Amino acid sequence: MLPTKTKLVRLVFLLFILLNEAEEAHAVWPLPQQISQSADRYLINPQLFSFGYARDSVAQSGCSVLDAAFKRYFSLVFPDFADGAGVAGFSNIWLEPKAFTVSVRVKSGGCDGYPNEESDESYNLSVSAGEAVLKAESVWGALRGLESFSQLVYQDKYDLYFVNKTEIVDFPRFKFRGLLLDTSRHYLPVNIILKTLDAMAYSKFNVFHWHIVDDPSFPYQSYNYPDLSSKGAFHPMTHIYTQSDVRRVIAHARLRGIRVIPEFDTPGHTQSWGKGQPDLLTPCYKGDVPSGTFGPVDPTLSSTYQFMSGLFKEVKSVFPDSYVHLGGDEVDFNCWKSNPNVQAFMTKMGFGGDYTKLESYYIENIVNITTALNKTPIVWQDVFDYRERIPKDTVVEIWKGVPADYQAELGRITLAGYRVLLSAPWYINHISYGQDWRNAYTVQPQNFSGTEQQKELVIGGEVCMWGEYVDATNLTPRLWPRASAAAERLWSNEEKTSSVDQAFPRLENFRCMLIRRGIQAEPLFVGYCKHEYSGL
Amino acid sequence: MAALNVLNFWALLLITVSVCNGWLFENFGAYRNREADEVALWPLPQKFQTSGAAFQLSAASFQIVHAKSSTAGPSCSLLQNAFRRYFDYIFGNVRKHGINQKKVFDSELAELQVLISSSDPECDGYPSLKTDESYQLEVDTPAAVLKAANVWGALRGLETFSQLVYEDDYGAHNINKTSITDFPRFAYRGILLDSSRHYLPLKTILANLEAMAMNKFNVFHWHIVDDQSFPFLSRTFPDLSQRGAYHPYTHVYTPSDVKMVIEFARMRGIRVIAEFDTPGHTQSWGKGQADLLTPCFSGSSPTGTYGPVNPILNSTYDFMTRFFKEVSTVFPDAYIHLGGDEVDFSCWKSNPDIQKFMVQQGFGQDYRKLESYYIQRLLDIVSATNKGYIVWQEVFDNGVKLKADTQLHVWKEKPQYQDEMARITAAGFHTLLSTPWYLNRISYGQDWQGVYKADPQNFNGTTEQKKLVIGGEACLWGEYVDATNLTPRLWPRASAVGERLWSDENVKDLGSAYNRLIKHRCRMVRRGIPAEPLYLGFCPHEYDGL
Repeated sequence: MLPTKTKLVRLVFLLFILLNEAEEAHAVWPLPQQISQSADRYLINPQLFSFGYARDSVAQSGCSVLDAAFKRYFSLVFPDFADGAGVAGFSNIWLEPKAFTVSVRVKSGGCDGYPNEESDESYNLSVSAGEAVLKAESVWGALRGLESFSQLVYQDKYDLYFVNKTEIVDFPRFKFRGLLLDTSRHYLPVNIILKTLDAMAYSKFNVFHWHIVDDPSFPYQSYNYPDLSSKGAFHPMTHIYTQSDVRRVIAHARLRGIRVIPEFDTPGHTQSWGKGQPDLLTPCYKGDVPSGTFGPVDPTLSSTYQFMSGLFKEVKSVFPDSYVHLGGDEVDFNCWKSNPNVQAFMTKMGFGGDYTKLESYYIENIVNITTALNKTPIVWQDVFDYRERIPKDTVVEIWKGVPADYQAELGRITLAGYRVLLSAPWYINHISYGQDWRNAYTVQPQNFSGTEQQKELVIGGEVCMWGEYVDATNLTPRLWPRASAAAERLWSNEEKTSSVDQAFPRLENFRCMLIRRGIQAEPLFVGYCKHEYSGL
Repeated sequence: MAALNVLNFWALLLITVSVCNGWLFENFGAYRNREADEVALWPLPQKFQTSGAAFQLSAASFQIVHAKSSTAGPSCSLLQNAFRRYFDYIFGNVRKHGINQKKVFDSELAELQVLISSSDPECDGYPSLKTDESYQLEVDTPAAVLKAANVWGALRGLETFSQLVYEDDYGAHNINKTSITDFPRFAYRGILLDSSRHYLPLKTILANLEAMAMNKFNVFHWHIVDDQSFPFLSRTFPDLSQRGAYHPYTHVYTPSDVKMVIEFARMRGIRVIAEFDTPGHTQSWGKGQADLLTPCFSGSSPTGTYGPVNPILNSTYDFMTRFFKEVSTVFPDAYIHLGGDEVDFSCWKSNPDIQKFMVQQGFGQDYRKLESYYIQRLLDIVSATNKGYIVWQEVFDNGVKLKADTQLHVWKEKPQYQDEMARITAAGFHTLLSTPWYLNRISYGQDWQGVYKADPQNFNGTTEQKKLVIGGEACLWGEYVDATNLTPRLWPRASAVGERLWSDENVKDLGSAYNRLIKHRCRMVRRGIPAEPLYLGFCPHEYDGL
């Protein structure tokens, strides 16, 4: 408690700063579709702050997604308060007690489902004296609005919390805004996956593409085929994802409005599968004798399809999202060519010497398996390039080439009527010296020759962090804030965000906010954050 | 999708494993052992023999002790601390107190005896360029013996000993019968961190000193101030950081912070050489020290911007005298880095007072002469504090008259560093190399290989000239680096420099290096350093910080 004389001095002083300091309101990343702010600002006392449900909201207290979000966002909005330090007591004594309420109104839908491709993420946010009104069609939109609100609140140099009068009308430009992590080339501990999901929500990403297995290791612990991980993981106990790990990831993602789409890439990229599943991979031959090495999945055996059917049935029961990524990229035909049984099968099927037909045959079978399970497949562009017969609702993901290449590919795929995802310009595992986030930012996903209808088939894009050179030691700073640059491209209006130089100071601010939230986001250039990263 | 060729990778790995075995264990002919293969010494000792005979170490009873005939004893706190630190590294902070720990194995290694032979073990001293870091290590029952002239060699030997211990499949700690004679190839093995472009919290600096010791580095070159900020809190001129730091309280190094860094480094046998770079790279100095920088002019009026330090005012030299007097007492090392790089002459050229001074001094239009004039006076000031100095190569290039013991720091890509090293050593000066080791420059893939291949003595010159190369330094400039990404960006890439500077010049096989370095990186991870992976694969204990 301060003695009364200083109290008066302090009060005068406070009045002075309240009147004189017109701090710049803080921008939101990614930029909302429409935002208008005025210099009017309101002091917020954390002890008199609350989140609440509007009376006419379908979601009310007990809504799992929003109850959890209120708790989470309180700490994000008031970082000092969460630190247990700060000015809460101070402002409590000296300021007129004024309450501030964020009132959330959800129009329709439940709280216990999972976000999906139809989820409506739009929201309107209106901040005025004493309250903010957040209106959303669904809880998923409400989550996006809460994130924006949390970024609007700032601290002045006396660490008091303020928010400016603001009106936001916002919705995503693309429905699919994904981030790929690769847990096969290096194992990523569950904690770092959860941390990444937190950071994704801060940038309004909504899909976690879990490239869970690949050649080097098979960390997914399957309950139908436990040998896959017990023999194919880097270590059968310490380097695996148990069923409960997977459930934790999915639950954590759901609460943040993030879909989890697993990728089980076949028929290539499957070396690790072979260790725990005999006869799955094609034995390669040297002349007449097996060489002891193995190639892609053996597409000629019916046991292969029985296994795949069993595995994808399990995948369906474990991963609630209606999409599944089937891979289909980079299949090396050499081993197939060397194998006499495969050769015989080619003749029998009348494929001649065209191994792309064999691959098509395999992929069609897999797609049929997943379609029968009501799963929508995503495949890498290779599958389309081979002219494979795939269902019209398949999503094709572009990963190859320079802009001229991927723009042409966008044109071709959408002309054929398929929905498409763009990843080629967002391979952020590729690093270089300097501000390479600028390249990620200036991508134009709909800039290709095609009709309006074709453009609409671009459902979004994905940032890919392949794991050759990345593990828990360096993943987070390599990912953030570089991925945030792509996030703005996928969420915001392209014309309003066409200037990289205008984005720069906003992104600098945003990265300091990420650090304040415990995300180890690396610097864009020289400078500092008020609160530097305090970990290692 | 990830475009990589996995098959090639495995093929490479197979080759390297076989090369590695043959090389490491050549003295023992047919001997091969999977567990000993787990031992990956980094940097590789000069002479190394090991056998298949393995001894167990018990976490409950193993001790590191002073040998009876050692000149150092329990009062040597530097060693006492090192003993505890290395015990923790060896046993992973797990102290087992199980009841079945009583049983003694026939082949148990009970202790490591550390024997310091010199009459002054230097327990309370500081390492220097002349420090003898050599040591001998004999691992045999009943006790292993580590011999060194002084504590500095003992520290290097303790690190090696800790790297020799490995866990078998049952988690038991083992060490093989081993004999090592080791000494560094170069006396100066440095790491530069830049705390001006981004402020580095103490925790980050200390963690990197830990990592440096794991790689036998012995110089921390602290590029403490620069254009962007002045975090060094000077007692003589407190305004420098008060006004020149990013923040006067949260983004500064107080005298006690600096002391802590120096002591932490000393405990690990690491010198701390501070750099106060002038006359360029000084924008942040100007904020807290009026009239120090040159006012730039546009035509006949000042633009309001400032250039390098103003070399024509006596006040400048008064300031430098007092400032470097303080610096010389704060930093105990015999050397100070004075910078002297990248001086932009355009502001000096614009300033009418300086133009006048040029005429007075008869410098004509040659502003390099003005720079030399400044550096000359600065060197005299620093010499008067009894410190030696290191300067960047430009000072030599510009023909400044240098004291014979000046060390020249080569960093530029043009002219080729090999030519520069040849010229500098031909002129009889000591030199150290950084050009190939600007680790702030990153690219996709295994760039540690290029780092590893560079050799500081690879230039045309006589044997005498080669001897003038005192070593080298890995530089991590701070434009794109702060506490969030510094440690994984530096390690294990800097480890490649560490081996180049410590081990014999013939240790250059990339396959062997890869094989040992992936294990060494996992060892660093195990010790809490988030060292990034070289390529795909895994560590038994992954990094669990976030």
